[in-house]
Amino acid sequence: MLTIKNLHASIEGTPILRGINLEIKPGEIHAIMGPNGSGKSTLASVLAGREEYEVTEGEVIYKGKDLLDLSPEDRAREGVFLAFQYPVEIPGVSSTNFLRTAVNQVREYRGQEPLDAVKFLSLMKEKMKLVEIDQKLLSRSLNEGFSGGEKKRNEIFQMAILDPALSILDETDSGLDIDALKVVANGVNQLRSSDNATIVVTHYQRLLDYIVPDFVHVLFEGRIVKSGDKSLALELEDKGYDWIKDEVANTAV
Amino acid sequence: MSKDNEILEEFTSKEYEHGWSVDYEADEAPLGLNEDIIRWISAKKEEPEWLLEWRLKAYRIWENMEEPKWANVRYPKLDFQKVRYYSAPKQTKKTKSLDEIDPELLKIYDRLGISLNEQKRLQGIAVDAVLDSVSVGTTFKETLSKLGIVFCSFSEAVQEHPDLVKEYLGSVVPSTDNYYAALNSAVFSDGSFCYIPKGVRCPMELSTYFRINAANTGQFERTLIIAEEGSYVSYLEGCTAPQRDENQLHAAVVEIYAKKDAEVKYSTVQNWFPGDKNGKGGIYNFVTKRGICAGDNSKISWTQVETGSAITWKYPSCILKGDNSIGEFYSVAVTNNYQQADTGTKMIHIGKNTRSRIVSKGISAGKSQNSYRGQVQVMKRATNARNFSQCDSLLMGDKCGAHTFPYIDIANSSAKVEHEATTSKIGEDQIFYCNQRGIATEDAVALIVNGYAKEVLNQLPMEFAVEAQKLLALTLEGSVG
Repeated sequence: MLTIKNLHASIEGTPILRGINLEIKPGEIHAIMGPNGSGKSTLASVLAGREEYEVTEGEVIYKGKDLLDLSPEDRAREGVFLAFQYPVEIPGVSSTNFLRTAVNQVREYRGQEPLDAVKFLSLMKEKMKLVEIDQKLLSRSLNEGFSGGEKKRNEIFQMAILDPALSILDETDSGLDIDALKVVANGVNQLRSSDNATIVVTHYQRLLDYIVPDFVHVLFEGRIVKSGDKSLALELEDKGYDWIKDEVANTAV
Repeated sequence: MSKDNEILEEFTSKEYEHGWSVDYEADEAPLGLNEDIIRWISAKKEEPEWLLEWRLKAYRIWENMEEPKWANVRYPKLDFQKVRYYSAPKQTKKTKSLDEIDPELLKIYDRLGISLNEQKRLQGIAVDAVLDSVSVGTTFKETLSKLGIVFCSFSEAVQEHPDLVKEYLGSVVPSTDNYYAALNSAVFSDGSFCYIPKGVRCPMELSTYFRINAANTGQFERTLIIAEEGSYVSYLEGCTAPQRDENQLHAAVVEIYAKKDAEVKYSTVQNWFPGDKNGKGGIYNFVTKRGICAGDNSKISWTQVETGSAITWKYPSCILKGDNSIGEFYSVAVTNNYQQADTGTKMIHIGKNTRSRIVSKGISAGKSQNSYRGQVQVMKRATNARNFSQCDSLLMGDKCGAHTFPYIDIANSSAKVEHEATTSKIGEDQIFYCNQRGIATEDAVALIVNGYAKEVLNQLPMEFAVEAQKLLALTLEGSVG
């Protein structure tokens, strides 16, 4: 589904990603872990097409297409979804209105008829249960005055509505208490299928107790320095990131 | 920044939709202004002597006045002798019913999406159509007259209801009020008149659609709304003009008189030609709009969506004279390219427990300048007066300007006055967030702008709100690559 080859990216001339290689198949969950500043969020942003980042080398093939060649909205319409670490507030625009606009633009791109208000509302009702989100929240301005937990829940709700092929969760666990974390993880797990894939970007292994990854990759100084299964996350939790840093330093010598 | 620049670039390529004009035989006054021209206009309209005298008096006042310079707008000095003060499509006879209106004129309105055919109209809105200097027709007159409501052109009111006109004309905006009000009083040609009798709730929206068609012609319309005790009316005003290279003057006066327990809601969607992307042409919109809450518990609410005009100079105001009376002002003003807007309101609290609310949302793009200018005045005897003002500015790009000039003048210590102001830019973060959900940048901007203006748009009657939203979206259409 997604093949990343030797991806280099920089922001304002400072290189952040220095050669990422990654292969993701449908049905898989990949966790990207690493210390602060290792490039985790940059990777998520580059995949989603944020303009500030300049890709200097490498390629990303998504469903046989050159992902980097697509505009951010076309990536979304092709099924790439980014759950933001800091969801943006849009005053005066209700979540419902926002999402209906999004869904219908995606449908238009795919040559489907737009959903009328009734059909859209029934789709919302169905997905609301998944993340235990209150309808009242959805009639309020998008993310405005939402608590941290509500914002993250709303991201997963949007993911449920848009039904993406590739979801990237950027530090979705940050700022969540354990109950909210369980709700969010439960939503992600229910959306999982053999056709879609998920990238979970996180600093802590806590989230991975609830969203169990097939692969864990450790990002350090813009490269994936170690890959393994779920046990790698536990090992990191146990030993901290210094252990990885030392190991990288040693191999370099 | 690159995205902002794109928005800026594309914004300037947007074209004005109503820029076409139609040729018809016109009955025109000679160019220029003097007492003879005023006599000419008055005679043309077969006006009574008192009205001619009233005009001439206003003209003499105007002659001795100076053009105001305090507004935050720049333009070359106007030559009032190069303006035509009257132009009307020639009609062979006076039309008594809509069926007799020249079909060619009806076509103009059809093309603007304003059908004057009552059968084709949505029920619930009566229209007075003003073309250049005259009203070409008013719909639903008969339906309304059964309730005692008078809704007709100003000229007709002068003939049919001279006592009402004489009593209220100039009672809210005297001809001495300001330069453009004096000019309008001297040369006004037509406009709408409405009278709502005691205790009547007007069952439909009343609306006037102003269209300037002729070249070199100014439009000076006069609107007078009288709401008797306990009555209610919602009034709408829409305007467009052809795309022309020279600037055209539009100096209107609107007066609203609300008696005890009466409520008047006045909404405007102003879409005059704003000039081209180099700032050439466009309408100078110098308008005086004022209402008086003369009776206790009365209410006047102004809502305006200002997207057009090269220069806008306009402060719909409320004089809150009756105790417990309420004044409201809701405004969205969009400026682009070289447009300049200096707009806001005045709330004059005279009665006890009077309340006012001001919500102003400015949107500036291109090289435009957008100013909010507002005055809240609480007089000595206005105990417990309340005012809340919110003035927000949204900037697109870095070549435009947003300014806020609030004046607060309090003479009673029990007054409570609040003022909030914010300035923001459409964030790339917001646009990227929308993009990431599959929404194209252009639609994202429309979504964000409509959200920003929502509080004001919500005040508009339903049909107008949809139109206004479309207009905002249209203004922004093609605003990004």
